[in-house]
Amino acid sequence: MRREDTKEEAAFRAEARAWLAANAEPRTDAPPAALDHSPEAEARAWEAMKVWQRKKFEGGWAAITWPVEYGGRGGTPVESMIFNEEQSRFDVPVGFIAASLGMIGPALMRFGTEAQKQYLPGMLRGDEVWCQLFSEPEAGSDLAAVRTRGEVEGDELVINGQKVWTTSAQFADKGFIVLRTNPDVPKHDGISFALIDMKQPGIEVRPLVTMRGDRHFNEVFLSDVRTPLDHVVNGLDRGWPVTTFVLMNEGAFIGTTVQTQTNATALIEAAQASGRLEESVVRQRLGEAYARERVLGQLQDRLKAALLDNRMPDVDGSVLKILSSEWSHERAVTANWLQGAAGMLTGSDAPMAGLWQDQVLARGATTVGGGTLEVHRNGLGERALRLPKEPRFDREVAFRELKTSG
Amino acid sequence: MPLELAEFNLSEERLEFRDTLRRFFEEHAPITEVRRVMEADGSGSSSKLWQLASEELGLAGIAIEEEHGGQGFGRKELGIALGEVGRSLAPIPLFAAAGLAAPVVGAVAGDEAAEWLEPIAIGEAAALAWVEADGDWDPAATRLEAVGSGGERRLTGEKHFLLGGAEAKRLFVVARESGSHCDEGLGLYAVEGNDPGVELLRRESLDLTRPLWSLRLTDVSARAVGTPGAAAEGIRQGLDEATALLCSEMVGGMRRVLETAIDYASERHQFSRPIGSFQAIKHKCANLLIDYEGSRTAADGALVALDEGDPEAALLASVAKSHIGPAYLRTATESGQIQGGVGYTWEYDAHLYFRRAMACKALLGDESAHQERLAMWVARGLEEGAA
Repeated sequence: MRREDTKEEAAFRAEARAWLAANAEPRTDAPPAALDHSPEAEARAWEAMKVWQRKKFEGGWAAITWPVEYGGRGGTPVESMIFNEEQSRFDVPVGFIAASLGMIGPALMRFGTEAQKQYLPGMLRGDEVWCQLFSEPEAGSDLAAVRTRGEVEGDELVINGQKVWTTSAQFADKGFIVLRTNPDVPKHDGISFALIDMKQPGIEVRPLVTMRGDRHFNEVFLSDVRTPLDHVVNGLDRGWPVTTFVLMNEGAFIGTTVQTQTNATALIEAAQASGRLEESVVRQRLGEAYARERVLGQLQDRLKAALLDNRMPDVDGSVLKILSSEWSHERAVTANWLQGAAGMLTGSDAPMAGLWQDQVLARGATTVGGGTLEVHRNGLGERALRLPKEPRFDREVAFRELKTSG
Repeated sequence: MPLELAEFNLSEERLEFRDTLRRFFEEHAPITEVRRVMEADGSGSSSKLWQLASEELGLAGIAIEEEHGGQGFGRKELGIALGEVGRSLAPIPLFAAAGLAAPVVGAVAGDEAAEWLEPIAIGEAAALAWVEADGDWDPAATRLEAVGSGGERRLTGEKHFLLGGAEAKRLFVVARESGSHCDEGLGLYAVEGNDPGVELLRRESLDLTRPLWSLRLTDVSARAVGTPGAAAEGIRQGLDEATALLCSEMVGGMRRVLETAIDYASERHQFSRPIGSFQAIKHKCANLLIDYEGSRTAADGALVALDEGDPEAALLASVAKSHIGPAYLRTATESGQIQGGVGYTWEYDAHLYFRRAMACKALLGDESAHQERLAMWVARGLEEGAA
């Protein structure tokens, strides 16, 4: 479905490719020697990611579509897509920054004051990485139930409460946080969206170890944390539209992430090498995994085509989000099944250094992260199919009157 | 409120074409008419409707090239027409003649294509007979022998699982050279429907709106299409094309079933609420949409690949069929479940689509067969890439 590049696009592609070739190593499809989820390895990966971001910034490739005044290239979505296609051929640590920029950057450009927008170049350079302080123990799928308080004291906001599932908070320099600034009005009307400094007293970050063994996310405890009132985005108590805008961008990012390292073709190659492709049931399961990958690719092409033609996508992003996370999990389970008894091993004792085991264990990152698949199904039902909503009891009542589990 | 989803890969002209067909079938093949034909003891087909569709709309020859007597549109257009047949369950042999027989005949006939395709293009329906009693869709499993030599042969034996038997003026029969094996020696032979040695038997079929037929041939004279004994490649090519086209017909049915489910979930009230507001039902509906989006994307991809001469066209047909077969069945199953007790009645139409979904899943190879094919194709591609 991808059309041919125009003359200008081809020139852009050649320029991007030349720059990448001069600044990065080509990607190899060889399995890794070992997977390392130790805190030291994660800290090294974080630094490598910042170094690469800095390099891209200096080369003028850090954000293709952002305006030049904020450090971007002032390019088109098509150019951004072309750069990402080219970048995927190289072994580069894109990491968390890409997700972070995709969430907070557009929100600041849309809702921020000129002063707030001055943060944009620093985040593009990789000098300051931003984390998203949204979920709380009592506010998961129901994000508008946040309780972390923000109270005005003079020209400052004083913050007290707890956040959870905060990706990369242990490394982040800055954060954007959703706060309860008025509990006496219905829940959506008393929320503020603020920018805070993560390197200040009163912020305690405790990494949570995932079932995969990494420290992907954290608990963040906030005690009398301060931020200037002019760091509130879109005004006091008017943070909910900013929050939903960020969530929308987060969904789009997760839905279009492409699997590169572990695909069905690699599985078929391995099965052929081991002789397992002689078995009918193996051919069927791998054929199924392959068909799903192609269908997902065709769905992604539909989103891309809409981007190319500058029109609304003709397929809902939640369809891709659900299929890509369910199918990648099932593919990893199939790979593990194919390994038979060796599927019980992991790490360097397992085939491919345990890469497939690692993928099975990473399932929560996409089936819960970025909104549970159930929340996305609600969205499909109500947004795409326009089915009636569930009756709600939390719209008209002051936040402090609402029932909670804790 | 009717379900509104963004149209996908349909130009203005194609949209208009689709809407014209939709109106045509709503007028001439409402479900009451479909049921009348279904319940009448007879052919399970409406000759009158087929004649109308062929003469007024030229549907039979839509994808047949102009020099072969057709309208010269693409497979995409034929796919749109098949989608409307799948949606309405109209009792006409559009898939059997234009979707299955014509692609195989066209691929095998070579220079003589016009001679064989012209009658099909004007609505003289044809049927393809290749599967035998063992139900193997692979033409290599053919046992029937074409007795004699040269272009004139005689056939004696049986074929099964045919579509479009009621309207077939001519049957295209796959048979092999005496003593040949697998793909070697396969030929395609034309038999006239009114030959006294031709006997068509309607089978009791799960799909009530599209019955299957068996064919008994007793010393029937047959003319070779293309080169006798060298038809394997063309037959395979034609069957791959038919597979892609069937997928479009299936997606047309899925869309109708999805719409029925959403309508019902929006209108039916229990506990003083529309049942679609309950998460258990809402999530089922979301799953129907997910299946529909994946399926219409895959079906379109397979047809576009054919029209563009993409070397991956056959592979993408298998991708589509292996995905859409189970997806259509899930859609029909869950839609019936959403409709509760009435979805289980003879009177409601849910079972007609459920039956169609079951039959289509098996037709031209089920998901397992196509998945196996995909795995082998990818493995071969890897070998060739490495060599």
